[in-house]
Amino acid sequence: MQLKALVLVLLGLLFSREALKAQDDLMNLFEEESEGIKYSSAAFKSSRVILGQSIENPSPGNLVFLIQHQFGNLNGGANELWGLDQAVIRLGFDYGVNEWLALGIGRSSYNKTFDTYAKVKLLRQSSGSRNMPVSLSLFSGAYLNSSTWEDPARENYFSSRMSYAHQLLIARKFNSNLTLQVSPTLIHRNLVATSVEDHDVLAISGGGRMKFNKWMSFNAEYFYLLSSYTAENFNNTLSLGIDMETGGHVFQIYVSNGRGMQEPYFVAENRGEWGNGDVFLAFNIHRTFVIRKPKTFRE
Amino acid sequence: MKSSKYLILFLTILLFSTVLNAQKYVTKTGHIKFFSTTPMENIEAHNRQVNSAFDLSNGNFVFKVLIKSFEFEKALMQEHFNENYMESDKFPNAMFSGKIENISDVDFDKNGDYSVDVKGNLTIHGVTKSVEQKGTFTVSGDGINANAVFKVKVADYDIKIAKAVIDNIAEEIEITVDAKLEKLK
Repeated sequence: MQLKALVLVLLGLLFSREALKAQDDLMNLFEEESEGIKYSSAAFKSSRVILGQSIENPSPGNLVFLIQHQFGNLNGGANELWGLDQAVIRLGFDYGVNEWLALGIGRSSYNKTFDTYAKVKLLRQSSGSRNMPVSLSLFSGAYLNSSTWEDPARENYFSSRMSYAHQLLIARKFNSNLTLQVSPTLIHRNLVATSVEDHDVLAISGGGRMKFNKWMSFNAEYFYLLSSYTAENFNNTLSLGIDMETGGHVFQIYVSNGRGMQEPYFVAENRGEWGNGDVFLAFNIHRTFVIRKPKTFRE
Repeated sequence: MKSSKYLILFLTILLFSTVLNAQKYVTKTGHIKFFSTTPMENIEAHNRQVNSAFDLSNGNFVFKVLIKSFEFEKALMQEHFNENYMESDKFPNAMFSGKIENISDVDFDKNGDYSVDVKGNLTIHGVTKSVEQKGTFTVSGDGINANAVFKVKVADYDIKIAKAVIDNIAEEIEITVDAKLEKLK
């Protein structure tokens, strides 16, 4: 009799436990699924922190048309409408070739300079089964100054038109709002104005973004010159701006003392001074076009 | 006498546990389609890595969907979907946990289409709502094909659409579920 009761109780317990656990058990079949490598994405809203490159590439198969526009210096006075009369512009295309490679071309009215670049993702920040604290990319650009020679009478070489920029971009997205990036930068100019000037200019950039709502962020970027001659005669570049994102566009509005939108100019030849109001109001517009659709949508 | 009763108990437990396992159906490659339509724009996304399991013994039915696995035609949309709307860093999965209410209407030994009533809790973007939907079970020798089409109100799950794109994203999203579940071995 006692035994019968025991059996019933045990069976009852078993059944009720099973009933309670059943749905969890089914879910538990997928516990392992949540592991795997979780890549961090969208560290910045666009491929530029402000003037400089960000860790972001256009997505594979996407072409980004980039309009970069700087007004003249704010301290230009009423006659220049505080800089509105003296604008420089760069038009460019960035293309995401695959998951790790982006290529770009562009031309700026500043010194009539053409540029082309490659940006390669070497490491991607991830958590889960592979823990990688930062993303790391290598950026290399070449710049061709196509303005007429200052002194056409002397012997001028084509190579003198060229300059180069190389950067290691190291970024960490701390949370969905905050991303910080550090970028050691090397600029090489084949031709410099005087023999004392640095052909190679080293600088380090620190910057980041802080989202203050889902569609907008505050961005800041600082290039600090390390090469002594350049550091003494030119200025570090500070840019402060806001990113705004709508459906297919990203707008960046910023103020900077860096002139030009190409690394050799805004990093190594910057004469603008924040203290004098010798800064520029500027904006970038990024417009994305899908050139190659993802596999699922190719029919 | 005593020992035979223990034997019965033991056998019952054994039987119960084996039967339980034998009656589970599962997939890790289910397909969920997300479709938003407005006069401005149609938006479509596909997730082909949907986890789903069904327990024939009690009618329990679950789905687990990794939000980051939804693929959009425009990568930028996919980014906005994850970053701004679903906040997939915070809420990586959508889940459904429920039951087939009319399981007795389905003859799992006979091939054919059966209409099923599904009831349970749907969790999206960290918000859980109780839902009731009709679906179809197609029983075949290979397993069960579970299909359903239903609508989800974006606002119900605390998802706010940006003003700039409010005309481009529907208030109600059509979800199409297509999961081929196979017997768990």
